[in-house]
Amino acid sequence: MRYEDTFWFLNNLKFVAVSLAALIGVGFVNGTIALLLAIWVVGWMLNSWLTHGVPRVARFLSPVIFGVTILLLWETAVDGFEISEVLLPAPSVIAARFVTSLDILWIDFVQTVIKGALSGYVMGCGAAFLIAIAIDRYPFLQRGLLPVGNFVAALPVIGMAPILVMWFGFDWQSKAAVVVVMVFFPMLVNTVQGLQASDAMQRDLMCTYGAGYWDSLIKLRLPAAMPFVFNGLKIGTTLALIGAIVAEFFGSPVKGMGFRISTSVGQLALDLVWAEIVVAALAGSAFYGVMAWAEKTVTFWHPSQRN
Amino acid sequence: MGEQRLSRSVLPVLTVVGFLLVAWYGAAIWLNAPWAYDKATRSGVEHTAATLVADTWSQEKPKLPAPHQVGQELWKTTVEKKITSKRSLIYHSWVTLSATFLGFVLGTGLGVLLAIGIVFNRTMDMSVMPWVIASQTIPILAIAPMIIVVLNAVGISGLLPKAMISMYLSFFPVVVGMVKGLRSPDQMQLDQMRTWHASAAQTFWKLRLPASMPYFFTSLKIAMAASLVGAIVGELPTGAVAGLGARLLAGSYYGQTIQIWSALIMAAALAAALVGIIGMVQRITLKRMGMA
Repeated sequence: MRYEDTFWFLNNLKFVAVSLAALIGVGFVNGTIALLLAIWVVGWMLNSWLTHGVPRVARFLSPVIFGVTILLLWETAVDGFEISEVLLPAPSVIAARFVTSLDILWIDFVQTVIKGALSGYVMGCGAAFLIAIAIDRYPFLQRGLLPVGNFVAALPVIGMAPILVMWFGFDWQSKAAVVVVMVFFPMLVNTVQGLQASDAMQRDLMCTYGAGYWDSLIKLRLPAAMPFVFNGLKIGTTLALIGAIVAEFFGSPVKGMGFRISTSVGQLALDLVWAEIVVAALAGSAFYGVMAWAEKTVTFWHPSQRN
Repeated sequence: MGEQRLSRSVLPVLTVVGFLLVAWYGAAIWLNAPWAYDKATRSGVEHTAATLVADTWSQEKPKLPAPHQVGQELWKTTVEKKITSKRSLIYHSWVTLSATFLGFVLGTGLGVLLAIGIVFNRTMDMSVMPWVIASQTIPILAIAPMIIVVLNAVGISGLLPKAMISMYLSFFPVVVGMVKGLRSPDQMQLDQMRTWHASAAQTFWKLRLPASMPYFFTSLKIAMAASLVGAIVGELPTGAVAGLGARLLAGSYYGQTIQIWSALIMAAALAAALVGIIGMVQRITLKRMGMA
């Protein structure tokens, strides 16, 4: 055993002793609280032991253990304190509901994520990308649009949702429009910034090669802009989901995740709401994950991607 | 240098803003014209170009109100109404603002604490940090209705539920920014602290915390904007009676587009003002710390 290991072990021995004493003490007062504490301590100890051991395993396992600990805490707390299902359903109840209402969840997923969020995301990001390239040719426009774009990117754009629902109707078109407005400015600002990322020396080199505007755009400036572009794309993923779901609060056909959430809350069917949330979280994570993966493949040369 | 750049970009910015205004007026004509024609045929009047334009810019429930209509509505609801009146936009803004502030303070506090824990505790870094990032892929705004209903059921209502949503949105930028900031001192500086035999607490207060300030303020700006969005959306689902979000919702129910737009412009002005204030505090603080 190295010195640090011994030290860590002793330190934790003290920690274990103290928490055991506390557990027994609390156990006399309330069994549930003691159980909760026990789960927390065990989960934390496991993680603590992991992170002081093999780093590669820990990087993967410790977040998983933390998540499982939280789920166990949740389940135990709901059972132990007899929290009403109307307030907070237990993870097991949510999982059961998730499995039994897969068909509803799928319909909502298609309506909100595929039709609303994804189509809006593609249109918004695509338009912003092309316009950014156009602006980039005119420094005057650039200087004017960047501050305005930055300003709009910080605004509560989601407030546009009721207006766009009024203009484009209740179906997915209005949701896509909200998503377009939401992702447009972050993407625009990032792309314009990215197109300025190549330095003068590199551009001069392109000039000495006799490269025209398009050559240097495609071979130097666009590749150099990619880290920024992907930053915009990644920010857009969560914004797109939020936009599509919140827009449904202002009116939608009788399907869609936002519609289901707001009506199920009204019916106090919170297990279905949580099942929708699980879908949203999975969709959001997958969406983000795909973008992060694409970034890694496209910008493998960038310092932040090399370890 | 800064001033020069500022004045250099005034003209372009004004041009862009001017262009947007012209586009807005144009769009108002285009979008409101069908209704204007509809009205005209029913009353048997023929529109000339001039009367058409005049009509599209002065409808009561236009598809897109012209800028001056929104401006008039803003003036009417802020200056001419008493602040205590339910129709005063200042009253509604205040309702939203108080939730925003509470959520912002809670979120910033939580974010800073989490960041300190993550920087000083390896276990926390490895097990909590991934979840902090994952937490943002959950569209929290989507569960806003549930949070508010549930908190209402356990007897918490009014400001706090909205503030919780603001908090959830605003803690993330603070955690990420502060972790970066607290880790920004390089190895050389940390070694220097060690040669002075500084304790962990001393290293924190005298090196890590001051070094993190630029990051701190940058994340505060993002957190503030996010917090305002959270408060507004938090007002949507419960049928709240007061606040900018409630104005948006009521406006969309009754087709009061001018009311929607004025609430929207108010929200934009608030966001700009709040972020501007933080920017000012940032400049003053960093100047006094000798960092800017």
